[in-house]
Amino acid sequence: MAKILAVDDSASMRQMVSFTLKGAGHDVVEASDGVDALEKAKSNQVDLVLTDVNMPNMDGVTLIKELRALPSYKFTPMLTLTTESGMDKKMEGKQAGATGWIVKPFSPDQLLATIKKVLG
Amino acid sequence: MSIDMSQFYQTFFDESFEGLETMESGLLGLDVGAADEETVNTIFRAAHSIKGGSATFGFTAVAEFTHVMETLLDEMRAGDRMVTEHAVDLLLQSVDCLREMLTAVQNEDAVDSERVSNVQKDLEILLNGDESSAAQTENTVEVVSENSNNVSTGWIVEFKPFDYLLKTGNDPVRLFRELSLLGEYTTTVNAENLPLFNDFDPELSYLSWTVELVGDITVESINEIFEWVDDDCELIVTAISSQDEEVVVDIDASAPEQFSQEVEEETEVSPIVENNVQELKPENAPEAKTTPAPAPAPDKRGAKKPSVDQGSIRVGIDKVDALINMVGELVITQSMLSQLGENLTQEKLEKMQDGLAQLERNTRELQESVMRIRMLPISFAFQRFPRMVRDLSHKLGKEIDLRLLGEQTELDKTVMEKIGDPLVHLVRNSIDHGIEMPDERQAAGKPRMGVVELNAFHQGGNIVIEIDDDGKGIDKEVIRNKAIEKGVISENEVLSDEQIYDLIFAPGFSTAKEVSDVSGRGVGMDVVKRNIRELGGTIEVKSEKGVGSKITIRLPLTLAILDGQLIRVGGDTYIVPLVSIIESLQVRDEQVNGIAGQAELYKLRDDYVPIVRLHDVFTLKPDSEKLTDGLIVIVEGEGNQVGLFVDDLLGQQQVVIKSLETNFRPVEGVSGATILGDGTVALILDVVGLIKLSKQERIKAA
Repeated sequence: MAKILAVDDSASMRQMVSFTLKGAGHDVVEASDGVDALEKAKSNQVDLVLTDVNMPNMDGVTLIKELRALPSYKFTPMLTLTTESGMDKKMEGKQAGATGWIVKPFSPDQLLATIKKVLG
Repeated sequence: MSIDMSQFYQTFFDESFEGLETMESGLLGLDVGAADEETVNTIFRAAHSIKGGSATFGFTAVAEFTHVMETLLDEMRAGDRMVTEHAVDLLLQSVDCLREMLTAVQNEDAVDSERVSNVQKDLEILLNGDESSAAQTENTVEVVSENSNNVSTGWIVEFKPFDYLLKTGNDPVRLFRELSLLGEYTTTVNAENLPLFNDFDPELSYLSWTVELVGDITVESINEIFEWVDDDCELIVTAISSQDEEVVVDIDASAPEQFSQEVEEETEVSPIVENNVQELKPENAPEAKTTPAPAPAPDKRGAKKPSVDQGSIRVGIDKVDALINMVGELVITQSMLSQLGENLTQEKLEKMQDGLAQLERNTRELQESVMRIRMLPISFAFQRFPRMVRDLSHKLGKEIDLRLLGEQTELDKTVMEKIGDPLVHLVRNSIDHGIEMPDERQAAGKPRMGVVELNAFHQGGNIVIEIDDDGKGIDKEVIRNKAIEKGVISENEVLSDEQIYDLIFAPGFSTAKEVSDVSGRGVGMDVVKRNIRELGGTIEVKSEKGVGSKITIRLPLTLAILDGQLIRVGGDTYIVPLVSIIESLQVRDEQVNGIAGQAELYKLRDDYVPIVRLHDVFTLKPDSEKLTDGLIVIVEGEGNQVGLFVDDLLGQQQVVIKSLETNFRPVEGVSGATILGDGTVALILDVVGLIKLSKQERIKAA
């Protein structure tokens, strides 16, 4: 089972994602924005990063850029949680080094299916 | 795996209502024409979160509505749309609308769908000045349905990742694993780009593959697998079966195919877009004939809000941490006591007593902390005013600058809930009756824009809320005549100014020539006064004709928290409110004038500050009566300064004020008491009272 960093400024989304992942047996580290996430990722090596894009303090795209620059996160899968209106955001995320994206809204099942693909 | 999504609803509602507050205050602060980028971003983010959450948790109507708002805000954020007065008004209406929708969803009530669809339509009209986004979405959906005919009995997938692919966290193994699930699968690897060992960089990928897939497979399902990596590789997908109808998807280069790729992404995983197309239409069509939305009723909103708030209370983490800390201590004490109790002997009795005292202290601290949770900054009551003032000034054609001061002043949640409506009424009154029309103000030599100021602060165990306006003031003659007319007073009764102003609060007294729908609704001033009385408070009006009025509300705070400086006089500890302390200093003899014990003055720079010897006031035995042995704490109250002579300064801490009046009796110079960590009672000094005392003493001495 993997250790997953779930980043979202919305508490309800964080709760939902975290509950779903924990239910599937994963370890979840929660963070409420990019700054928070970066700090937690540094002190706590995770296997997968799921991050919202639009957040205060540091957005998801910048977070991914920062994480990718760290040797320990060079190859770590990182997915953005983005909305359907954010096509350019998906690409921005990709350019920053994201592995892929999950489109909001997603159901717990869709989330788990995607995670399973990435984690193998 | 099935998850009950309803467990996340409460969090969603809480954060959504909070988001609405953020949006509202952001919108109110937006400068039309030159909107602050970060503010627009914050508003957008709030809408975005509400949309995301409502879509995730299945509140489709809310998601659809917010989607339209979000689109508008997104355009503003991107600078594609000017921030106009009209747009801001519409967005504010949308916030109200959304709040109602969420409240309805939360209470499982029906939504006022007519109002919603009217506002939504207005938003769409504003948005679709150029072209409808809904129409665009519809187009893309159609393109996809054409595309999805691309079923073949087999495909050749040529996949050549760029060397950095691994550094995006994508693993070709994952891609092949997914491909293999589609159908019968054979793969050949091309290793010709593999460098010599010395040049080999293990972090790069050098291989490329050709995969043959056999089965009833759509090109979309293949593209879906490569969706994340289409910019990081060369990908060519060729149908095996029909050579003449070859479909090639070469993603890196050509624009049209890029487009089809995008299209696919949009449809497969975003039911909300389709919903928009399908569900918006029928809703919108019939409503074209309905009358425009009625003007938003601020009252309704104000009245509804508490029902949302009642369920939960937001508490600062520090307060919760303090609680957890104390519970921890309680547990330690408890286990200590039970250990002692197991085989209690005579010699352990003293320890037992210590333990019990500790338990008592823990319990008391815990109780205080729990009560402290109920304390909220008054901004909770103030936050509704910017919107209200904006709406009112629009309606009345007045220009008003609302200033909020002391928003962080804490008061008990119950008091806050009860003071909300009276405050609304008083602010409305100031705007309706106090502030003049711009032209009238200009003629009177005042700025066109009137000022209404709300100020909250702690004073001597009270919370004071002032509502100050620079309007036309209260005309004593008008009130007097009205009171005579109504038979409240007799014609030749002589009244002081105070008594005249007090007439405003008489039942059934209204000076407005006709009851306007602004201040004439709901409670009257008599009810305001009664509410404040019920809270044990007082209300007082001061006014000057032509200059303005000031209403002062004083509420007792049995629970107020105070930042205090602990001081020591002899063996006793007192608390001086930190806000009233100017400085503390050591005394030099040559700067003291006067005879010891009587009217001593301390020369502080250019001023003479009377010295108040606290040991005299409270008849205590100090360490020393020599001023040079102790310290002088310079305090200020109501514009006057005195120097309090104390033995020593101890720490600073937040204290919970206990009323001395209710538990004992009023004591001059003392505003309340508190219990310190070690269990001792410390009196809180009433600085204003002490200054008055010292004045009387000096008069006596003279």
